Amino acid sequence: MKIAVCVKQVPEGSRRIDAATKRLDRSGEGALNPYDAYAVEEALRLRDASGEGEVVVVSVGPASAADAIRKTLAMGADRAVLVSDDAAAGSDLVATSYVLANALERESSDLVVFGYQAADSDGAVLWAAVADRLRRPVVSQVAELRLESGRVRGKRQTEFGYDVIEAPLPAVVAVTDAINEPRYPSLKGIMGAKRKPQETLTLAELGIEAERAGEAGSRTVVLALNEPPSRGEARRIEDDGDAAARIVEFLLEKRLL
Amino acid sequence: MKILVFLEHHGNELQKGSLGVLSKAASLGDVDLAGVVLGSGVREIASPAGKFGATRVYVCDDAALEAPLPQPRVDVLARVVRDEGFDAVLFAQSVLAADIASALAARLDAGLNWDLVDLGVQDGALVAKRPALADTVYVDVGWTGEPRLALFRSGAFDPAATGGEAELVDVVAGFEDFSLAATMIEQAHEESEGPSIEDSDVVVAGGRGLGAPEKFELVEELAKALGGAVGSTRAVVDAGWYPYATQVGQTGKTVAPKLYIACGISGAIQHKVGMQGSNVIVAINKDPNAPIFEYSDLGVVGDVHAIVPKLTELVRERRRG
Ligand SMILES: Cc1cc2nc3c(=O)[nH]c(=O)nc-3n(C[C@H](O)[C@H](O)[C@H](O)COP(=O)(O)OP(=O)(O)OC[C@H]3O[C@@H](n4cnc5c(N)ncnc54)[C@H](O)[C@@H]3O)c2cc1C
Ligand SMILES: Nc1ncnc2c1ncn2[C@@H]1O[C@H](COP(=O)(O)O)[C@@H](O)[C@H]1O
Repeated sequence: MKIAVCVKQVPEGSRRIDAATKRLDRSGEGALNPYDAYAVEEALRLRDASGEGEVVVVSVGPASAADAIRKTLAMGADRAVLVSDDAAAGSDLVATSYVLANALERESSDLVVFGYQAADSDGAVLWAAVADRLRRPVVSQVAELRLESGRVRGKRQTEFGYDVIEAPLPAVVAVTDAINEPRYPSLKGIMGAKRKPQETLTLAELGIEAERAGEAGSRTVVLALNEPPSRGEARRIEDDGDAAARIVEFLLEKRLL
Repeated sequence: MKILVFLEHHGNELQKGSLGVLSKAASLGDVDLAGVVLGSGVREIASPAGKFGATRVYVCDDAALEAPLPQPRVDVLARVVRDEGFDAVLFAQSVLAADIASALAARLDAGLNWDLVDLGVQDGALVAKRPALADTVYVDVGWTGEPRLALFRSGAFDPAATGGEAELVDVVAGFEDFSLAATMIEQAHEESEGPSIEDSDVVVAGGRGLGAPEKFELVEELAKALGGAVGSTRAVVDAGWYPYATQVGQTGKTVAPKLYIACGISGAIQHKVGMQGSNVIVAINKDPNAPIFEYSDLGVVGDVHAIVPKLTELVRERRRG
């Protein structure tokens, strides 16, 4: 059983869009996209339940994404592949899905696991584009996953209730943050992560033409940045033990009590 | 400009979100506007689209489209868009529509902008508005070529019945083998029971910040003291902490009470779209950077376990007093 998990590094703390490039500023500290820890955890559980196989982490991002990847190796993933190339910077959905699908094709895993959404893009869309490129069935937003006799079965929530969807392997699934409780890397895991295989690939090494990635391969553009519509005055308080009393004052003032 | 709107249906009715997007496209003026309905036994339900501005509705009626799964729909859509030369394809956000839009982008090598709240035309080309970074920046986004794919945030537009009759155009199905590999095993469409949170003047909602299912008692007590109902987030519903009927947000209920108190809720966009119409929003969260503070009238940085029981006590005292 070979499982590929797609993870992304996202900027940590408060985020900003660079006014000049109109791209998200990725120069500061980065961290593993918190939603992707659930995908890693689920892959580890499936691997361990099957008693054999490997979990390979696949990411497209800047060289600094190696930090986020190391966390997944510390959690227990076996190996990592990072596609990193200046020519891939500024990739939109079309371009990212193309690069990622190429990296995944090279792994030809039985299962590809995605996280819920990238905390910086709030897309929750990438898996469907990748599945289409890989020509594989996709089950998204899975809150409960089962793997049995070569088929995945996922329970997921929609606007109308719950669906249970099944697909044969090889398949693509995206899991939500309700699916498990991701483990914390142990000290031993953290130490061991350094020795695990970590590959960094350029676009050329994947055989990807530069015009299919980055801004050249993208089909969307950011035209302008604007202020959000104002919301009137909002108040902020820090709890010093009197927060409850101050909420009551506020409710009285608004005639809600 | 030729625009196609994906019309989602459920229980024999076209969804309000899709009709809202259709109406918005119709309001752009000089467009050749069509809708598309994909399903099994759906020919009857397509016609009302005319009222909302579609001059044609492409209908693909096929047993393989019975279950609301994305991949077979992508096959049909890709053909309609290519054969008819559509410049843009618009979708209203849903679990199904997001997967279709994304896969269609890959299939047609087309740009997809998502989470959009507005659409307009500038110098003859479509331009859309997308709130980003927890809605702290409003970004104007565009596309560098056709077809332009757009996914609109839930509730972005209301349907407006300004149109007339639509001509139905039958489309023959044709599927890729991998598109039919996933199958729907079960659909459990829970109906809510008990008093609805949609009718309540006060909603006290709990999220994963409560830490454990039994801590929902804190929220229940506060709701009782205020004479309100209890709401929840998808994170806690999917984790089995609280019933789906109480979930507020994109895939749950839309509420607009006089007072909404969010306890241990991060305030993701998908939650926001279900409660932003509330008159007064109070949020308690221990993370000063939580997105919920961006749209709360009173933001309280602190621990729900310490604050909520005290608040309940104070409210009870007032009510008694
Ligand atoms: C297609 C789609 C549809 C969705 N539909 C919905 C929907 O309908 N409704 C919905 O709610 N979500 C929906 N979501 C999910 C949404 O993106 C978020 O994942 C979800 O709302 C998060 O729930 P939460 O705030 O309870 O949990 P989290 O995001 O985990 O937030 C918990 C918060 O609690 C705070 N906290 C932790 N401990 C404490 C403490 N002791 N005291 C105070 N604060 C504390 C943390 O700082 C954090 O901000 C949808 C997502 C997608 C992709
Ligand atoms: N650059 C990337 N490299 C690898 N996986 C990614 C990347 N971006 C997003 N993903 C995966 O796709 C999921 C959804 O991302 P998105 O659609 O961008 O919100 C994430 O949870 C990750 O699993």
